[in-house]
Parts: sequence; structure tokens; C-alpha cells
Amino acid sequence: MYLRKNIATSESGFIFNPSTGDSYSANPAAAEILQLLKEGKTVSAIRSHFLEKYEVDPVRLERDWDDFFNQLKEAGLLEN
Amino acid sequence: MKTADNLLTIAVTGLNAIDSPGPGIAVIRGLREGLDRPVRIIGLSYETLEPGIYMRELVDKTYQVPYPAAGSAALLNRLHYIHEKENLQLVIPNFDAELNNFIRISPELKAMRISSFLPTAEQLGARDKINLYRFGKEHRFLVPRDRIIYSPAELKECAETLGYPLVVKGKFYDAVLAYTMEQAEKAFYKIMAKWGLPVIVQEFIQGTEVNIAVLGDGKGNTVSAIPMRKLYITDKGKAWAGITLEDASLIRLAHDFISATQWRGGCELEIMRTKNEELYIMEINPRFPAWIYLSAAAGQNQPAALARMALGEEQPVFEHYEAGKIFIRYSWDMITDINAFHQVSGKGEW
Repeated sequence: MYLRKNIATSESGFIFNPSTGDSYSANPAAAEILQLLKEGKTVSAIRSHFLEKYEVDPVRLERDWDDFFNQLKEAGLLEN
Repeated sequence: MKTADNLLTIAVTGLNAIDSPGPGIAVIRGLREGLDRPVRIIGLSYETLEPGIYMRELVDKTYQVPYPAAGSAALLNRLHYIHEKENLQLVIPNFDAELNNFIRISPELKAMRISSFLPTAEQLGARDKINLYRFGKEHRFLVPRDRIIYSPAELKECAETLGYPLVVKGKFYDAVLAYTMEQAEKAFYKIMAKWGLPVIVQEFIQGTEVNIAVLGDGKGNTVSAIPMRKLYITDKGKAWAGITLEDASLIRLAHDFISATQWRGGCELEIMRTKNEELYIMEINPRFPAWIYLSAAAGQNQPAALARMALGEEQPVFEHYEAGKIFIRYSWDMITDINAFHQVSGKGEW
């Protein structure tokens, strides 16, 4: 699962989809995930990075992760 | 230092920069910024309070012209007078309703050495709302199914074939969404009273509206195509803010349209993108849209490119533009003097 190539993101969490004109605001954690996705990191690598870097319960991370990716998918920001 | 020798005098209509604006002011901004020579803009107006008449920083002088219903001879007569005073080199009409007259007199304008860059009468007719479905079928574009009707008795059949909601449209303007037969009948009478017969009843297509400003060279080449999504819409359905999009399928559709029609000049494709990514052509406006200055801001100055082509100059096909450029309209209370208004209303020029 990758972020579509033409999606523009900023460090502050602003997301712009130039195909639809839609824009979104992401919180700092989501902005970091997007940044890592843009850098070509795999989903599992990003997840491990988050577990290492932050004190986060893996079950909670799993739930938030799914929720966030569903939102990205719904917004048409992902491609396989 | 530039001299007056290369001064280009261009007449432009559509100075009604109101809440449902004509494209004239946006076209003039494009011309002023995009042509590498001094430009004198002659406004052609229908009403005395079209704001553009009084925007002297954009419009050097304005002449009233007869309403389209007065016919092409009256228009030509008036243009003769204006040409004698101003030595026009180019005219850019921007209203649907006046295009027929301008197309009809274009040979005379050419003889007067006034250039124009217009579609043919056939091209204009083929994309007319009344012919849109046939046009779509012929060129294999997705267009909503419709019925052209002359009586409310025909609405029942429309509802059976097209299903609710029905889009009831005037032949020139206006569209009403009807969810019941009662609403459809009410819409039919309202639209008939305003725009006459026939009335167009169209299938409703659910999706996201996208518009494309397109410029064709008349030989099947797309010189420019800029897609825009409305971000803020007025109660008349006009864009009050919009953003340029990057989408290969929209650009492809614009190219297909130009290549199928050999369209000459500017136009606007109104597109509905469905959930399944189908692109329906909802309407084809045969002139630049009011938001055309966004094309210049995004890197493809369509009004200036049209002017160059009309004057027989080289105009390469644009390749790049910037997605994410936004326009936001605003209103502004311009102040003018009674004397200016008097000149316009009394003498028909100022």
C-alpha cells in the first residue's frame, strides 16, 4: 500500500490531492506516517518505527493504524 | 521603449463582472499580462452598469452594442462605427447568445481587417444543449440521457425512462432538480416562462463537478486544457472559488473533444465525475469561462494564446501547468462619477 505519487504533503500535516482538489489536515503522528510513506518506507517498517520511537500499546496502535489507513483509502489517497 | 506602432487594439465583450459574471474582465487580464506588446482594450457592453465599463485600469474605452436579438446587421453597423474610431485588430466575444451574430459577420470583419477566432456555426450548433445527447453518441462521449419536450404531458414518459430526480433545463440557462411529478411540472412552467420552448429534461448524474477550460486551434489540436474544481459555489451555481487539478483522464477527455470537433477558440467543458470514475459531459459552453484568468495564473494564458492564433502568430501547444492554483472572487464597491454614467447611458460610449 503506497501513497499516490501525486499527493502533496507538508511537514505540518497538510495533505493535498491534486486530482480532486481536496485537502486535509493530519495530526503530527499522521503527518509523520505520511512523510515515511512518501520516503518509500513499507507499512510494517513504519509500524515498527512507531513502536520503537513512542511508548504506545501495540493493540492501540493497531486500532488507530487501521482507522487512519481506512480514512486514507476512503479519501482516495492510496494505491497498491 | 515600445512605440505605438505595435499597439494592439482588442474589442472584448462580457464586462458584466457581477455575481454571475461574464468572462470579459478575466479575458482582459489575461490579454494585458500575456501579450508582449502594448494593448488597448475596447469594451463592448450591453448594459450601462456593467462594472467593466468603469474599470479604466483594464478597459480603455467602452461602446454600447445592440442586443443580440437586434441581429447581425445591427452589430456590424455598430462595429463599423467603432472600428472607424478605434482601428480594431481583434474582437473576442464572450457570451453564448452573441456568438451566432459574430460568426455570421466574421467574413465582413475579416474584410475590415478585424481578426476573430471563433468556432463555426456547425460546431456551435452541435454542442448546443438541445443536441448534446446526439453529439455525445456520435463521438462516443458519455453524456446524460435526455428528452427535448414541448409539453408538460411529456414529463410522465421522461420520469419513466430517466427516473427521478429529473433535471429540468432551459434551452439557454437554468436547471431545476425535480424529485416528484409535481416539482417537475412546476419547473417546466417556470423554465418555459423564462426561456421558452423546448425544455430539456435530463437524467440526473451523481458525482463531483469538474470544469475544464479548453482552447482548440481549429485543426484538432488542443493548445491548452486546464481542469478546475469549484471550491465555493454561489446560489446560482457559479464558482466563487476554485482550484486547478492535475488529472490525466480530464486532459485526455479535453483532447478527445477537440480532436472530434476540431473546435476553434475557447470553450468550457462541464464534467461530472461519478464514483466509478466515469466522466460525463454535462454541458459545453462555447466560449471562455468567467474563471479563465486562472488558466493564466496556472501557466497557460488562454486569452493571450487565442489572440496570438487569431492574429496568425505562432502559438505552441502548452505542456505544463500548476495544479493547486486557487482563485477566490471578491466583491468591491467601485466608485465612479455621474458624468461617466451619463456618457455611457446618453452617448453609448465612454
